Amino acid sequence: MEVNQETIHHLAKLSNFALTASETARLVTDIKEIVGYISQLDQLETDGVEPTYQVFEMENVWRPDEILPQEADREALLALTAETRDYQIKVPKVL
Amino acid sequence: MKVANQTQSAVELVRAALEKAHQYQAEYHVFNWINDDAIKKAEAIDRKIAQGEPVGRLAGVPYALKDNFLSPEGETTASALILEGFQSPVTATAVRKLEAEGAIMIGRTNLDAFAHGSSTENSYYGPTKNSKDTTRVAGGSSGGSAVAVALDIVPFALGTDTGGSIRQPASFNGIYGLKPTYGAISRYGVVAMASSTDCIGFFAREAMDLDLLMGVVAGQDKNDMTTLPNFYAESEIKTIKKVGVIKDFNNEAVNSEIRAALQQKIETLKHQGCEIVELNMPALKYALAAYYIIVPAEVSSNLSRHDGIRYGYRSAKSQNLSELYENTRNEGFMPENKRRIMIGNFVLSSGFYDAYYLKAAKARTLIINEYAKAFEQCDVLLTPVAPNPAFKLGEKVNDPVAMYLEDVMSVPLNLAGLPGLAIPVGKTNSGLDLGLQLVGPRRSERTLINFTKTLEETA
Repeated sequence: MEVNQETIHHLAKLSNFALTASETARLVTDIKEIVGYISQLDQLETDGVEPTYQVFEMENVWRPDEILPQEADREALLALTAETRDYQIKVPKVL
Repeated sequence: MKVANQTQSAVELVRAALEKAHQYQAEYHVFNWINDDAIKKAEAIDRKIAQGEPVGRLAGVPYALKDNFLSPEGETTASALILEGFQSPVTATAVRKLEAEGAIMIGRTNLDAFAHGSSTENSYYGPTKNSKDTTRVAGGSSGGSAVAVALDIVPFALGTDTGGSIRQPASFNGIYGLKPTYGAISRYGVVAMASSTDCIGFFAREAMDLDLLMGVVAGQDKNDMTTLPNFYAESEIKTIKKVGVIKDFNNEAVNSEIRAALQQKIETLKHQGCEIVELNMPALKYALAAYYIIVPAEVSSNLSRHDGIRYGYRSAKSQNLSELYENTRNEGFMPENKRRIMIGNFVLSSGFYDAYYLKAAKARTLIINEYAKAFEQCDVLLTPVAPNPAFKLGEKVNDPVAMYLEDVMSVPLNLAGLPGLAIPVGKTNSGLDLGLQLVGPRRSERTLINFTKTLEETA
């Protein structure tokens, strides 16, 4: 797998990072090295092996579908944001 | 640990901890924030004691909290700019349980930002220094919590262990560090890193303090659907007859003084009548590669919530919403956070998913099976925690793969959800701390903790 500037631009877009030119150059080197290391998994024989995505022993832990009191109310949560108006979070224009 | 009572006041315990915290801060940078108001909580406990009212099992015990646990006391920063100013309105379940027993948080400890790292050098606020040599790293990611306990500021500290972040700094600072069975302790209110391996655990100078702490904090939580019903108190303390040693973790790649310490423990265990079983576990050498696929994949997903909209840092210079996301995230994350998020997006992206993420998930199955087979042949495994003792500040921080390689012996058990206990085993000739780890089957942490008595007797 070739890692170049284009790869980094693509990954930065997927990751929502506005990278600087020097960061991009550095990341080409770093990501290339990391991908080189993790690619050694090629050597492991995994034919017919089922994947494991999680190691929690229980499945489908349900709770009743009830509205419960929450630790933080609307005011407390909105107080964490930079700017609000009429109980809504203000952000810059979308387009 | 010392608990407040008629003769030993909570105020005395907490004041002593706060004094030490301030005294060491400039030299070691243990804390992101010191909780001077802790003294008020201590006064309240002393009033209860004076009035003969019942107090908890941890009454007046000061503790340090890794700065990725949410609570309204102080900002929860995860040592990253992107959470600057975030004062949580909610309290982590682990914190709530400790405080309900009277424990008092005296400060929030430094970590690698978002717990990404093995040295605490990836903190936005600068590195924590090793407790024995300030030119060396504390280990990580829970470096501040480890050093807080090692310097005797507090008798215990909370940490998180996704791939060694409790055990490795514990071994770099000569103390005990417990990573429990996956699901043993609620993760509600803890900044998520990799949900399929994240675990909460403890640092302590006395192994039996871990037993008390597990008794207080373990158990099912309605706010975390991945918690197991409490098994700790009822779990059997097994007598260890067979101790497994992994051949691949005892070769030239491991520092000679760590190998000598392992050999010494092996000899004393043999002397005590334990059988030593040498094991080949060939899939384990792929655990690090699998880990650095699976964990970044989960990191890229978990950290997508940090967008500058609802809490934390928001970049000031954006003209529209996508610029706000991109600038906030680029300014707010540390370089290692960015590498992991980008690797995660790489291994999950179409065209690479099968070769990387799916392959790693299959490797994970083989690793789990290999441990299961090992525990048919032995009761516990005894291995190094890391290939080297504490390394120099700056030595590996600019070489991500060199830093990852320090995790080669700590990450495998996280992929399998097993408990691991780092134990101090002496010092190098130059005075650095040496550690080993005990690894057991699921739900065996009580056995591991009690086995340290045997190991100490023979030391």
